[in-house]
Amino acid sequence: MENFKDYETEGFYDELIAPDGTPRLASKLLVDRINGLTAKDLRRRQKAAERALYQQGITFSVKGDRKGTEKIFPFDIIPRIVPSKEWTTIESGLSQRVRALNLFIHDVYNDQKILKDKVIPESLVLSSECYLPQCKGLSPRNGTWIQITGSDLVRDTDGTYYVLEDNLRCPSGISYVLQNRAIQKRTLPRAFGEMNVRPVSNYGNQLYETLQDCAPEGVEEPNVVVLTPGIYNSAYYEHSYLAQQMGVPLAQGSDLVVFDERVWLRTTRGFEKVDVIYRRIDDAFLDPTVFQEDSLLGVPGIFECCRKGTVTLANAPGTGIADDKAVYAYVPQIIKYYLGEEPVIPNVPTFICEDEKQRKHVLANLKTLVVKAVNLSGGSGMLIGPSSTEQERKEFAALIEANPRSYIAQPTLSLSRCPTLVADGIEGRHVDFRPYVLYGKSVFVLPGGLTRVALTKGSLIVNSSRNGGSKDTWVLGDDTLQGDDHA
Amino acid sequence: MLSRVANSIYWMSRYLERADNVARFVDVNSRLVLDSLRDRGPRQWEPLVLASGDDADFQARYDIADETSVVKFLTFDPDNSNSILSCVGHARENARTIREVISSEMWETINSLYHFVEEHRRKRKIDDLLEFYAQVKRANNMLTGLIENTMSHGESWHFSRMGRLLERSDKTARMLDVKYFLLLPNPQYVGTPYDSVEWGAVLASASGFEVYMKRFHRVDYKGVAQFLILDEHFPRSIRSCVRGAAWSLSRIVDMVQTPVSAHGEMAKLEDMLETAQVENLLGAGLHEFVDVFQFNLNVVDQALYKSFFALERA
Repeated sequence: MENFKDYETEGFYDELIAPDGTPRLASKLLVDRINGLTAKDLRRRQKAAERALYQQGITFSVKGDRKGTEKIFPFDIIPRIVPSKEWTTIESGLSQRVRALNLFIHDVYNDQKILKDKVIPESLVLSSECYLPQCKGLSPRNGTWIQITGSDLVRDTDGTYYVLEDNLRCPSGISYVLQNRAIQKRTLPRAFGEMNVRPVSNYGNQLYETLQDCAPEGVEEPNVVVLTPGIYNSAYYEHSYLAQQMGVPLAQGSDLVVFDERVWLRTTRGFEKVDVIYRRIDDAFLDPTVFQEDSLLGVPGIFECCRKGTVTLANAPGTGIADDKAVYAYVPQIIKYYLGEEPVIPNVPTFICEDEKQRKHVLANLKTLVVKAVNLSGGSGMLIGPSSTEQERKEFAALIEANPRSYIAQPTLSLSRCPTLVADGIEGRHVDFRPYVLYGKSVFVLPGGLTRVALTKGSLIVNSSRNGGSKDTWVLGDDTLQGDDHA
Repeated sequence: MLSRVANSIYWMSRYLERADNVARFVDVNSRLVLDSLRDRGPRQWEPLVLASGDDADFQARYDIADETSVVKFLTFDPDNSNSILSCVGHARENARTIREVISSEMWETINSLYHFVEEHRRKRKIDDLLEFYAQVKRANNMLTGLIENTMSHGESWHFSRMGRLLERSDKTARMLDVKYFLLLPNPQYVGTPYDSVEWGAVLASASGFEVYMKRFHRVDYKGVAQFLILDEHFPRSIRSCVRGAAWSLSRIVDMVQTPVSAHGEMAKLEDMLETAQVENLLGAGLHEFVDVFQFNLNVVDQALYKSFFALERA
């Protein structure tokens, strides 16, 4: 035990190490291999991984820096391990969730049965900023609205997984999963080779098949493109990467044009028909004739083509209604309503500030709760009670009173930790987990995902803008050795 | 392929070739400064600025064309859109927009070149930069090789090749112009030993000294003009570049199966070189020839833009 000699779990649930300080069964081989390296060697491997990321240009530009300084999204070479038994639960839980949410979205924009049956308050749904009245009556191919989902999972002190939020609009981060894996294989090849890690590299194929599955009726060999806002978007790298992995064109809004009720691509050979668009542009910017009129990123007329079914947009417009954080609170009921099943993965208990009783509770307990704006992601519009100042709590109380529909609150989870290489050696840092789900003719959950890590000691915020990094996630194949040592 | 992608790959290749050639320009001058016995004072870097075509911009922002300011202007000036720094930056931005079209190796090499240039941007003395210019040229050679070996030789490859060769033909012409501007104050030097030393430096910067010597055995004005403008086989001669670009264009036209105006303009440019005689050309003046050539080259570039990059609905 060299590198892990002084490692402490400090009462948190640790992804690799049991409370008594020994490695968990599924992680033992990895911990042994890391201990077999000198501290210097381990750090050398970390540096090599960072250099590779820099060289590959997997960087984001630092805002407001004229010299164009670029930074990599920090990568930690100690992977997170998910034993196969845990994965089976996650897989079935996410599959269940995605099927139910898809039925919910279709219902909300069509018959609204769930609202008529008063399972979820009509006012809560129709007042959401993410509810798009333009999408009423929309009926995407096969009834599939959410081809691509990335739901965020967290674990509490006892190791229970919770769904923290669903991302059903344009979830990002999958390219980091694939690149992290490519680099990880070179960084700890021996451990990787010995551990029966399930592959993620076929994601591009799976995505392409999913997109083909939802092509307009009668189209045998659909023309698929990825639509990006362009190189100044922070996820541009991912857009180009996915286009490359699928071997399809990466288009910007100006490359597409609508006429004769169809979407066309401007090419050197003239105009080519487009059938399926994996769009990475938000609803608001998609079509200036329907949504935000000053958008220069979108394609005028594209929404009408989607409505007529001459082109498929993945994901469909309007899906944000199901990741509104107040609607999130009702997902357990949504699952029961459409599937008649109990949720496999629980929600984090959520207080809806619009409800008077719940609001009072929230306002009285700001110091212990996490408050979130319902329509924002990326760690913005958030109050973390235990680490907040008196002034911040006052500001949030005023915000909640002024606009209760826009806020929810949840208990502060302690979040599990994972051993991470930091300046002083290996220490525990808090992590979350975003697996990716594809929904074409059937549901596919990629065995892996993005583990984001809060690199600042004690921090619970994993976002890249707040000193967050990422790790490779090793979902193990079936193996009796892994056991179930999670208690 | 997408019109925008065709445009980006064409410009990516032009900018890479341009960066390489600016490195060659500086190289030719540093050789001239070293080789030349006559003292041309602090203005000995001026011909470079004149031949670059960006002399008005230079004069507006710099006092004197000495080593420090010319090296800065041509190499690291972010406000000169044709400096090596800017060219590599533009090439990288173009590559970024077509990252899904070029190979990962190409992207990584362009990306490393960019970081490499960034790391040197504080240097101003030619003595500190000789290895830098050599590395810029090496990187471009490597990229040309990667384009050859890792891309499918279809439409995008031909757009890339066309961009590179048209840019190179323009720069070879400008390299001849450096020598012209150098001679301006002292026409009596023509035919002296200094003259042939200087032409030798021009040849060396075009990586053509050895090939030239095998054929002509001695360096003179007429031979160098014949070689760098009209040689059929040397890959940096203007004629060879234009022939190559014209071939790529005709392959593209075959593939897209639509007649385009660029085809005719390119044929005119090719014809200008195929029918030129070195005696007539020198009689009318080398600098004048370079001027006419560059004008026609711009016409071709405009026609390519209209034919492929700016698709309008008929």
